[in-house]
Amino acid sequence: MALVLQQILNGLSVSSILLLIALGLAITFGLMKVINMAHGELIMIGAYTAYVVQGLFTSYLPESVFDYYFVIAIPASFLVAALFGLVLEMTMIRYLYGRPLDSLLATWGVGMILQQLARSIFGAPNVAVVSPSWLNGGLAIMPGLVLTYKRLFIIGLVIVCLLCMFLYIYRSAAGRRMRAVMQNRDMAASLGISTRKVDAATFAIGAGIGGIAGCALSLMGPIGPALGTYYIVDAFMVVVLGGVGKLLGTVLGALGMGLANTLFESLTDASIGKVFVFIAVIAFLQWRPTGFVSLRTRALDTSD
Amino acid sequence: MKRKNRKWIVLLIVGLMIAVTGCGGSTGTPASGGNQTTGGGSSNGGTNTSGSEAGSGSEESGEIKVGILHSLSGTMAISEVSVHDAELMAIEEINAAGGVLGKKLVPVIEDGASEPAVFAEKARKLIQQDGVATVFGGWTSASRKAMLPVFEELNGLLWYPVQYEGLEASPNIFYTGATTNQQIVPSVTWLLENRGTKFFLLGSDYVFPRTANMIIKAQLEAEGGEVVGEEYTALGHTDYSTVISKIIAAGPDVIYNTLNGDSNVAFFKQLKDAGITADDITVLSVSVAEEEIRGIGADVLEGHLAAWNYYQTTETPENETFVANYKAKYGDNRVTADPIEAGYIAVYLWAAAVEKAGTTDVDAVKEAAKGLEFTGPGGKVTIDGDNQHIYKTVRIGQVQPDGQFLELWNSGEPVKPDPYLETYDWAAGLSGG
Repeated sequence: MALVLQQILNGLSVSSILLLIALGLAITFGLMKVINMAHGELIMIGAYTAYVVQGLFTSYLPESVFDYYFVIAIPASFLVAALFGLVLEMTMIRYLYGRPLDSLLATWGVGMILQQLARSIFGAPNVAVVSPSWLNGGLAIMPGLVLTYKRLFIIGLVIVCLLCMFLYIYRSAAGRRMRAVMQNRDMAASLGISTRKVDAATFAIGAGIGGIAGCALSLMGPIGPALGTYYIVDAFMVVVLGGVGKLLGTVLGALGMGLANTLFESLTDASIGKVFVFIAVIAFLQWRPTGFVSLRTRALDTSD
Repeated sequence: MKRKNRKWIVLLIVGLMIAVTGCGGSTGTPASGGNQTTGGGSSNGGTNTSGSEAGSGSEESGEIKVGILHSLSGTMAISEVSVHDAELMAIEEINAAGGVLGKKLVPVIEDGASEPAVFAEKARKLIQQDGVATVFGGWTSASRKAMLPVFEELNGLLWYPVQYEGLEASPNIFYTGATTNQQIVPSVTWLLENRGTKFFLLGSDYVFPRTANMIIKAQLEAEGGEVVGEEYTALGHTDYSTVISKIIAAGPDVIYNTLNGDSNVAFFKQLKDAGITADDITVLSVSVAEEEIRGIGADVLEGHLAAWNYYQTTETPENETFVANYKAKYGDNRVTADPIEAGYIAVYLWAAAVEKAGTTDVDAVKEAAKGLEFTGPGGKVTIDGDNQHIYKTVRIGQVQPDGQFLELWNSGEPVKPDPYLETYDWAAGLSGG
């Protein structure tokens, strides 16, 4: 019984991680239709930012405030990754809108450049981030059933990110402009919206959220130059499964993938489980090619 | 029309992503377990026909060229650069002491780029074009397996410095890392005596962990242990929540960890978060050395065990000098580890063999190397003439809060290498592969 409950909790936790890595992509790929293969590297940038912030705290600040470095690291990784995203958009992506194949190859190349950059700056070996002490340990609900604080924290972080994104996209003027541009670029432009600015801002936000994901993942996994490659496939899968272009779809996609992952893994083993998940995703997409939630607008069919 | 286009794009993405993860997987094993395939096991007496003089190309001049062939780029650079550094340091030391046969050693450095095919190509280039007397290099078993036919065909000489899965003894390779009976087998025996009989086997899903676990299972059966669970995860797997649930449900005394690379970081972090410490369940790893501890975090690993032949803390006078020199040359923050030491002593062993033979001719050096002794940082080693492995002392260490190991046990004397596990009754039938 405890095992079943534990697996459900594990499933939710995996879902929250998947959602966090896919959220940024839901914007750059989902809304903007840029096949951003460098998304994994933006996650990596976020993780390294956490490492740098930690380093600054240990060098310049008294030990008593060390535990709070993570509070600074989250916005810092958002900003750094967003900055990279902004530069990327302005120097490259901008010229590739509506050319998905070109953007696919170009961003893949950018990803490799960023990986090598990380290798040159931080060295090839992994670096360690010490988790703040308030995130160590877990909540023992009953014997054999533990919810670790880090996983709880990530679930909370994802909810906050989702909420912020929802408010931004659906409740702010900037978000309204963004939706207008994504749905019908020409119409939006003729109504006086600067599509250039909106594109740049949107891409930067997507990149920044990738950075937050990297920061959070530094609690759970390795921090090395190749970090992004471990997550990029899952991120794309979640967005495609959920339905390109809808936030709600991404949430459902992450939930579906996360629960299926842990279910199959506990029934078989990690490798076979993954195979079953892939099969399930393929089968599902055969049945519903547009994913869980599909966006019906006339604009989308002609926009690319 | 539009729809069709989109389908192709999706297909292309999926293909590309598989390619990306494929690359990450096959080459991305950035940890100390240099070890893959068990296939074939090239036996003694291969074809050593052509070009035995290729090795002595530059002997007339006052220099002897030696090849250094490690991955200086790509994912394996993580581990191999340190070994490359240690080998260069050994060459420098030998030159400072007068060289070999009165001649200076000149390293010819090539980059294997984490690709087995590149290793094979560069090995050929080093032997044929540069005429090097010997090559020090390789890390993953995939790279060794790729270079092996080249060295056998051209009758070259390779010194391979990493622990591996055994079941191989090429006449053209000297193995200065541990084989299974110098690392895995004694550590299992030690665990059975000191930690408990219920084993959980956890490994990355490729040939080395599966081969190692096959050996461990046979040994446990013979020595009264029990396997309560066995799990494999893909290279680069990062979520261990389900595996940890299974471990808790199985209730083992010991987790025998053959995970390789970044997965170790995720596994240990999440194990600690689940509230399992080394006091509850001991994890013994064979791919976590000083270098990896820095990337995982000593606080996470504290109290867990590893099995190697050398630690930075190994107490020998030779090691004190070695560590001091290494840090002086490459920086105070660098650490030494088992494969680094194995690469370092490889250079000295070869130099001693050449001195003894009086020539760099491969066959003469091989003959002279038989039974050769050398006292390295990890203690005395002896080359076994039969299989060209070396006698090594087995050591089990415990991770301390400072990221270094405390030695809990050692085999007392160097253990004779037995790559085919011929002296173990329970291993009969394992080496068929």
